[in-house]
Amino acid sequence: MAAKTFEKGNVAIAKAAVAAGCKYYFGYPITPQSDIPEYLSGVLPGVGGQFVQAESEIAAINMLLGAGSTGKRAMTSSSSPGISLKQEGISYMAGSEIPGLIVNIQRSGPGLGGISPSQGDYFQATRGGGHGDYRILVLAPATVQEMYDLTILAFELSDKYRMPAMVLADAMLGMMKEPLEEWIPKQAEEDKSSWALSGAKGRERRKIKSLFLGDGELAEHNWKMLEHYREVEAKETRVKIEVHDDCELAVVAFGSAARIAKSAVDRLNDEGRNIGMVRPITVWPFPYKEIRELAEKDIPFLTVELNVGQMVEDVRLSVEGRSKVSFAGYPPGYLPSPDEIYEEITKLLDKKD
Amino acid sequence: MKTVFERPQSLVDTSFHFCPGCHHGTIHRLVAEAIDEYKVRETTIAAASVGCSVFLYDYFDIDVVESPHGRAPAVATGIKRANPDKFVFVYQGDGDLAAIGTAEIIHAANRGENITVIFVNNTVYGMTGGQMAPTTMLGQRTTTSPYGRDFAQDGYPIRMTEMLAQLEGVGYAARVAVDSPAHLGKARKAIMKAFATQIENRGMGFVEVLCTCPTNWGMGPIEANKRIAAEMIPYFPLGVYKERTGSDFM
Amino acid sequence: MPRLTIHEDRCKACGLCVEFCPKDCLALSDKFNPQGYHPVELVNPDECTGCAICAKMCPDVVFKVEK
Repeated sequence: MAAKTFEKGNVAIAKAAVAAGCKYYFGYPITPQSDIPEYLSGVLPGVGGQFVQAESEIAAINMLLGAGSTGKRAMTSSSSPGISLKQEGISYMAGSEIPGLIVNIQRSGPGLGGISPSQGDYFQATRGGGHGDYRILVLAPATVQEMYDLTILAFELSDKYRMPAMVLADAMLGMMKEPLEEWIPKQAEEDKSSWALSGAKGRERRKIKSLFLGDGELAEHNWKMLEHYREVEAKETRVKIEVHDDCELAVVAFGSAARIAKSAVDRLNDEGRNIGMVRPITVWPFPYKEIRELAEKDIPFLTVELNVGQMVEDVRLSVEGRSKVSFAGYPPGYLPSPDEIYEEITKLLDKKD
Repeated sequence: MKTVFERPQSLVDTSFHFCPGCHHGTIHRLVAEAIDEYKVRETTIAAASVGCSVFLYDYFDIDVVESPHGRAPAVATGIKRANPDKFVFVYQGDGDLAAIGTAEIIHAANRGENITVIFVNNTVYGMTGGQMAPTTMLGQRTTTSPYGRDFAQDGYPIRMTEMLAQLEGVGYAARVAVDSPAHLGKARKAIMKAFATQIENRGMGFVEVLCTCPTNWGMGPIEANKRIAAEMIPYFPLGVYKERTGSDFM
Repeated sequence: MPRLTIHEDRCKACGLCVEFCPKDCLALSDKFNPQGYHPVELVNPDECTGCAICAKMCPDVVFKVEK
């Protein structure tokens, strides 16, 4: 087993990108993710890569689009207001089927909001975020180790499915330090030579685009994308479920909210209760099927989020009225303690009893 | 018998969708001639822009990626940084480059991105239906300046070449026109230079081409062609504004 | 004598070639091409010097010039 180091979540993402063979970074400074460009600006030139500090997040995402169109593994990172600016480019990348990694170390909004952790960008991340009918892969780490592991996975899935991937973390996960075990992926990078732009030498010219004006062309393109999304949903949904028989209630939470909720759940179980925990690791594709299966066993849910109610809508869509879904939300600028979530769960159990 | 003029090889053998007399076709042909001249067809990756020029990929026998409106210089930056051995050019109109994409062109220029930029200035938004552009002349009537562009309300037409020539990252900057055989000769030469600038790693090569949009100007092709010399050139003077020949590129 | 090949189907009858031909060799014809335009034709072949100004001015790359 490799030695562990003590790393910040942001640095874990940056290190994972290098381990995954990403040589090109394009970004713009914004708190609380600037450790990522700061780290990569030091490392990438030494591995034959390029670090470009763009004039804006808009330019950065379009640089990613350009590099991605040539099949090169590349990334950008930002935080909430900056991710809003990137939505135009993300929509174009999705429409043009260009892979690339976007990291969102969420801060709080709306507007300039603040720099405290938040999960307020859940809708933006999981509903596409920009214009048009599209989805992107969204992975939600809950530990520094997962910041590393899911960054590598995000690159792999993005390449495999030719769609942009996002690592959706927040200021808490980005700024805190935890033990990290680094590893180098064994899987060879996806062969992109069948579609990537490289100059029309010895083959027909290629065009990578999202404009389809011909009769029925765009509808056909959208149907094709949908079919692709269905495949991703079937094959790539990831969720950590800790639910035992006769579970009294299951908490659904992702990312840093899941960490806090897990402490409360563990305490209740230590006290003899039977509380389950469901932690979506991919929030798109969302584990609708897995949560529905639990709902069919009449397990009620409590969704805990660092916002005023976003993922809870997906939980309700999973459950479709089969069982009760409650919500505990914490708007930005305030982080709940495990005790508060303990109280929330206890209240629900009391009502039920 | 010797061929004096023929269709450049890099230009796909098909009809342009452009309106009669529109100079996009002429400029496409000049760019294709430069691709042929420098033998870069097989190593070229272009970033198409938004507007009438988006169909670049239907006309050039090269690899092309489509960019969002105004972002082609950023897209080209990504392509070139990840593929320094490729020849990368963008082809943008005035609405694209001089309005929504101002930040992208200025900073790509300032970083000295080793790309070639063809900037098509016809003083109007073409594909969207003839709205006022940043380059629209004072007094020019468009669908969004129905009383004529008024400086008190809309400011003055923007001169991009002069602005970009100030930046250290630009290796070559010129403004040309395609309204006469003499001007065409100079335009061809300027585009060749802008290609050479990239090939010789001397930073951004930038060529602004003054041209017509007969449809949106409400003019016939001949009348529109005459407007270039009569109205545009006096405000947008032709010439080479920057030409770095030595190794002063830092 | 120079040879001018005109790709009539591509012509949009903008007239720039007619306007700039120094020898007045070209004119728009009365017939229609498949695009619905009156394509250019060489009406004065004896005067053509093969200077290729028509080809250079043409936005639709309609001409091929040999001499």
